[in-house]
Amino acid sequence: MSIDLSEFHDVFFEECSEGLDVMESGLLELDHTTDSEDINAIFRAAHSIKGGSASFGFMEISSFTHVMETLLDEIRDGRRDITRDGIDLLLASVDVLRGMVAAARDEQAYDQPVIDEVHQKLESMLVTQTKVDTGIAEQKEDTASETVQICEKANVPREADQRITSWSINFKPDASLLRAGNEPSRIFRELMRLGELTVEADVSAIPPLSEIDPENCYIGWSLSLETSASREEIEELFSWVADESDLEIACAATRQKLPDTDVEPGTGKQAPIVSAETPGEVLVEASADVTPNVQDQPAEKANTSQVTKVAEATKNKSVSSGSGKESGSIRVAIDKVDELINLVGELVITQSMLSQTGVDLANSEAGHFDKLRDGLTQLERNTRELQESVLQIRMLPISFSFSRFPRLVRDLSSKIGKQVELTMTGEQTEVDKTVLEKIGDPLIHLVRNSLDHGIETPEVRKAAGKPETGRLELLAYHEGGDIIIKVIDDGAGLNRENIITKAMEKGLIGETEDLTDERVYNLIFAPGFSTAEQVSDVSGRGVGMDVVRRNVRDLGGNVSINSNDGAGSTVTIRLPLTLAILDGQLARIGEETYIISLVSIVETLQMQKESISSFTGQSELYRLRDEYIPIIRLSELFGTKSGKKNLEDGLLIVVEADGQHHGLFVDELLGQQQVVIKSLESNFTHIQGIAGATILGDGKVALIIDIPGLIQRYSKQCQQNECLLGAVS
Amino acid sequence: MASILAVDDSPSMRQMVSYTLEKAGYGVILANDGKEALDIAHDTEVDLVITDVNMPKMDGITLVKKLRELHAYRFKPILILTTESTAEKKTLGKEAGATGWLVKPFDPDKLVSTLRRVLD
Repeated sequence: MSIDLSEFHDVFFEECSEGLDVMESGLLELDHTTDSEDINAIFRAAHSIKGGSASFGFMEISSFTHVMETLLDEIRDGRRDITRDGIDLLLASVDVLRGMVAAARDEQAYDQPVIDEVHQKLESMLVTQTKVDTGIAEQKEDTASETVQICEKANVPREADQRITSWSINFKPDASLLRAGNEPSRIFRELMRLGELTVEADVSAIPPLSEIDPENCYIGWSLSLETSASREEIEELFSWVADESDLEIACAATRQKLPDTDVEPGTGKQAPIVSAETPGEVLVEASADVTPNVQDQPAEKANTSQVTKVAEATKNKSVSSGSGKESGSIRVAIDKVDELINLVGELVITQSMLSQTGVDLANSEAGHFDKLRDGLTQLERNTRELQESVLQIRMLPISFSFSRFPRLVRDLSSKIGKQVELTMTGEQTEVDKTVLEKIGDPLIHLVRNSLDHGIETPEVRKAAGKPETGRLELLAYHEGGDIIIKVIDDGAGLNRENIITKAMEKGLIGETEDLTDERVYNLIFAPGFSTAEQVSDVSGRGVGMDVVRRNVRDLGGNVSINSNDGAGSTVTIRLPLTLAILDGQLARIGEETYIISLVSIVETLQMQKESISSFTGQSELYRLRDEYIPIIRLSELFGTKSGKKNLEDGLLIVVEADGQHHGLFVDELLGQQQVVIKSLESNFTHIQGIAGATILGDGKVALIIDIPGLIQRYSKQCQQNECLLGAVS
Repeated sequence: MASILAVDDSPSMRQMVSYTLEKAGYGVILANDGKEALDIAHDTEVDLVITDVNMPKMDGITLVKKLRELHAYRFKPILILTTESTAEKKTLGKEAGATGWLVKPFDPDKLVSTLRRVLD
């Protein structure tokens, strides 16, 4: 039987990355106060990677990890001091290993020069700095080569294949043999697979019945085996009992198998003879005093049957495969989960269809269908719960994204000569896997920005009366249906005047504009804006913040910044927990139903005539308290031309995007409901201002409005109108 | 069909061992660490245990010792699957009551042929 292990490679690679993450975060926290269990966890991770990679045939990874493991073992046993250099080297090794694992996964060549360099450094650290003695490392080295040898040996073709050798085996186990779970009869059975076996039991040592301890083994055996197998194969079968028994394996005679000619005893190409006390004797023996099959051997049976019976009686055969208690975590392919989410989405649609039918029926047959309605209510609850739990499968803790920051902050702060203490809170806050993956890069930008532009050098901080070590905090928590992520630093903060000057230079704002702090600070998210005195290789060329905002918006979230000059700044990212469903407000315009995300709605109101100001060809504004809100006529923007024309007849939904308010003019509000987002792009094409579509209970398609996109579309149209107007006049 | 309890903290090892054993016709129960294995062994009597050594919560050597204290496991074959091949470690395993050991790298064919030595 040959077993192909390649189908487990993916699991192995994933496990490697997890192990490497464990090692990295462990190493980052490693110092003299680290308790042994934490060091042990790092060691175990290395150990597992080594063992796994060897089993899967990635010998380079295995041998590289072996050196790391040896170092870690010395640290674990207290034989080696924890030094900054050591940790740096181990961290570099983690990086190298990560590269090797990635290369193995992608079936690419390893980056050999880098591997060799770090490998060399590890080796030289091993020989030079051991606390107690240097012999240990070498001893370990032997172990590794031994392991590899075993592997190689198995592949070497047997030389003695064609030779039949008679082996004489004397086997006298210790009395305690059975207690370790070894059973001579099973070993004999395996010997029989190798060739012709005869067994003779020596029962002379069996004490009188009254003195017999049923758990002891009193019998010795003389065996003779005619086989083409090598000595190693025979020894292998006895390998687990050799230490607990007197064992002699001797070559009695060798002969060629084909043609069937006898060879002189002891002249075959066999391993040296340990003992040749009975040459030739057992070869031909099949006489009465030799029992041919050990299974039929009464003495042996008598000895163990008692034990076997007890075991037999208590044996519980109800064990079924895979009924283990494994409850930790499962790995599910994303596409399978997506399929489930899709199906549940369909179920929700079906339910709302039924619900609609139920309402119709109830109205026509007054109260007659209460039961149907009850059932539907229950169905609604069940489907909702089912949907929530299915969506949960995709949810992962934000720590997957946060975990890279300790290393990043450590490396970066030492590179730019700053002292920074990173604290992370709410790492277990869960968020959809897609959101999690896409928020990684923006977060890196923000953290780098805080380190580079926010937190000052120790000297500057001291002069400003602050602690020399800066504080950087990553925070995550749930609020409503959103996840809030904050990046907080206690650095220099944003300088209002600098930003205004810069924004004017860039033409982002006019000279005379009177802006709130919030507006000013959020100017840094504008494309091409950067306040850094000099461009550095740390936080780039000012492309960061607008990319951050775009990424966050793509995920249906928003980002804002708040700051106190001289006391630090706080960037707040608000993201939906999942991209698959949306809490929506249904609104009707003419025949069309639109869905507006509930989180973007500020308020809805009926307009007063005196508060509406409109200019020909220009945008209409609505005065709400002290603010003028542009009114967007959706029907005109999308060119449907249906619905109410008179503003006073409809409603104004005030929505917020990027700190600015706009009003959507609709005929009326319908219900609020959770909708399953269906992509418009995959089935039709992208339309600016439309995030997607959903199917309503009555089977009609409703478009979901993308507020930021809609506002952009609206601004673009206004500009065109003004151009047209300008051209006319 | 003999049932086997396989204990390893590495998911890929667990999968490999269970795949190999199930293909060879054994029933397999998996455990993540020694402690979980011991709990399972308390409730369910299996015919053979294969365990890793380095594991969180309870290591393989301790597991062997604890299993041998259970009446049902006094004579059961318990194998140690490990990367440690030093004589010192083997002696430790033997003293704890291990039936035998298998040295990683893990060779599926060898595992199956080896099991026949200790299982009916």
